[in-house]
Amino acid sequence: MTTANQTDTPILEVKDLHVSIDGQEILRGVDLTVRPGEVHAIMGPNGSGKSTLANTLAGRPEYTVTSGKVLYNGADLLKMQPEDRAREGMFLAFQYPIELPGVRAWQFLKAAIDAKRVHQGEEEMGAREFDRLLRSKVEEVEIDPELVRRSVNEGFSGGEKKRNEVLQMALLEPKLALLDETDSGLDIDALRIVSDGVNRLRRPDNAAVVVTHYQRILNYIKPDYVHVLVDGRIALSGGPELAEQLEARGYDWVREGVDAASG
Amino acid sequence: MTATADTYPHYTAAYEAQSPEVAETLRALRNRGWDAFSQLGLPTARRGNEPWKYTNVAPIAREAFAHPQPMPVEDGIVTLDDVRAAAPWHAGWHTFVFVDGVFAPHLSSGGEIAESSGIVIAPLADTIHAERGASVSLLGELARPEDDGFVALNTAFVRDGMGIDVPVDGDAGVVNVVYLTTGREQPRVTHPRIIVSAQRNSRATVIETYVGPDDTRYFTNAVAEIHVHEGARVEHYRLLMDGMDAYHVGTSRVIQHRDSGFSSGAISRGAALGRNDFSVTLIGAGAECTLNGLYLTVGNQHMDNYINIDHTEPNGTSRMFYKGILDGQSRAIFGGNVTVREGAQKTDAQQTDKNLLLSEQAEVDSKPSLLIYADDVKCGHGATAGHIDLDTVFYMQSRGLDLPTVSRILIHAFASEIIDTVALVPLREYLDEQFQNAIPDVDITLPIGGR
Repeated sequence: MTTANQTDTPILEVKDLHVSIDGQEILRGVDLTVRPGEVHAIMGPNGSGKSTLANTLAGRPEYTVTSGKVLYNGADLLKMQPEDRAREGMFLAFQYPIELPGVRAWQFLKAAIDAKRVHQGEEEMGAREFDRLLRSKVEEVEIDPELVRRSVNEGFSGGEKKRNEVLQMALLEPKLALLDETDSGLDIDALRIVSDGVNRLRRPDNAAVVVTHYQRILNYIKPDYVHVLVDGRIALSGGPELAEQLEARGYDWVREGVDAASG
Repeated sequence: MTATADTYPHYTAAYEAQSPEVAETLRALRNRGWDAFSQLGLPTARRGNEPWKYTNVAPIAREAFAHPQPMPVEDGIVTLDDVRAAAPWHAGWHTFVFVDGVFAPHLSSGGEIAESSGIVIAPLADTIHAERGASVSLLGELARPEDDGFVALNTAFVRDGMGIDVPVDGDAGVVNVVYLTTGREQPRVTHPRIIVSAQRNSRATVIETYVGPDDTRYFTNAVAEIHVHEGARVEHYRLLMDGMDAYHVGTSRVIQHRDSGFSSGAISRGAALGRNDFSVTLIGAGAECTLNGLYLTVGNQHMDNYINIDHTEPNGTSRMFYKGILDGQSRAIFGGNVTVREGAQKTDAQQTDKNLLLSEQAEVDSKPSLLIYADDVKCGHGATAGHIDLDTVFYMQSRGLDLPTVSRILIHAFASEIIDTVALVPLREYLDEQFQNAIPDVDITLPIGGR
């Protein structure tokens, strides 16, 4: 059903999305369309609502959608449970990945893969096949193999946690990857690895939304579109050159533009 | 009629009806136990009675439990398959199975031990204890009937149990003691007793497992005494897997001499009312003690852990680490006390209790305490109680896992921190399976715990 008309149907259509947390409105009418094969960057100053957008799309329960519409592969995303969004190919790389003490990475990752496969009417993956897959992805994202023998994210450094997100992403091969400030706190090597991970996933039939405060990661992941989120609205959209402009001039001139337009 | 006869007529009748045909040591011990019980009774008054502050044993005191006459265990009532399904088991272990308090030789195995080794692992009623087993004479030394009504009662009814003697430098391997209660119409009581004497530089692993049917009320009143001599290493596991209607009071007393090592895993999942009274005294310098525990309570279960470590000599190390999982309207208590005496300088003691509450009605009283009389020590304690973290739930959901799967994985992960400390692989696998099967279904769509 959702796979029909792959070329015509956008992967994601956000229409006039309003989102509140604890009664406070954070997103105030966001519009965004992401088509297959595209990479979008969402930039913006702190507190502009970038993370709220990514987390709302993934289904974080405490974010309340007060109005607006989101279609994911043509279906009503807001009616789907977070786990069903994931099983339908959405993946959120967390800004602050959660530690899961006592949950072995192997078990966790296999459960994630199997949940998706069963959802798609396939069988669970055999242990040996999963072993092989995991090993190849571990090599691909250059993560220390020791880390996947441990509990998920427990005692990992910030950079290791981010790499682990990329490992999960590589395993799950999402149709829509949402990266929530995955670049923050990374050194240049880790940034390259994370970016390589995203670039390897690029295919004509999937897409990525990269949420970031800094232009730096966009040197590695070339976006097709750049959007600037200010005060809960997309204030400006453009091509990759917009990111460079932001790097040179900061966010204030965009904000001033918004104020001028609304005032 | 004495006061005891008035208050506990069924115990009095059962005591008087006991067959006198036991070894003289046991007969004398019974008298000592009964005398003490006549003085103490059961600890039903809780006012000012700190060890029993949170647990009301009146239901145990009220019930007229039967003390059936010892009969040989009939073939077929319990099969080896039943034992292996209910309790940990391995062909390489010395397994001793007791059915309704009576030793069942046909269910036991691996007991072949060369006489020349000096190792004695046998039921207490066995005559070899009269000839070679030194431990029998130690009964009542650590678990003194004069100190505790339940110990007194157990002692008054000592009939059988396990005696484990390990001579200097000996290695007893794994002694697997299974106490199995069968379903009967009339509620019954058993008084299991275990005595371990590990001589200098010896080794032993002892597993006590208590199992029984879920739909039968019965009472297990168990006592264990463990002597760990200089340089000896004893690993001890106490698995409270009784049926959900059972009452279980377990009293364990351990003494550690110089440079000895003792580790324990106290795992409880069963019983309507359970008590784990565990006490270790380190009377030799440089001794090391690790007490791990895990308790799972559901429905209306009540589980009371009363754990004491007493350091009297310098350079001792102790670790107390208990974890609880509570669901339904269940209640659990962790009373952990570490005492460091004046002479116990350079003691390193840590105690931790962590609880995972799966419902709003479940309740835990976690009371770690340190009493320190020495001035050069390293001691710490901590206790936590929390719900399943909703950020964690969302993280796992965002990887495609539904809520029932998320809660199962998280509860299992919480328990595995203790289960993974079990070095014996067949035992660890048994515990893991037991807990996997016992994990309650939790509805975490409700915002439990708030945020």
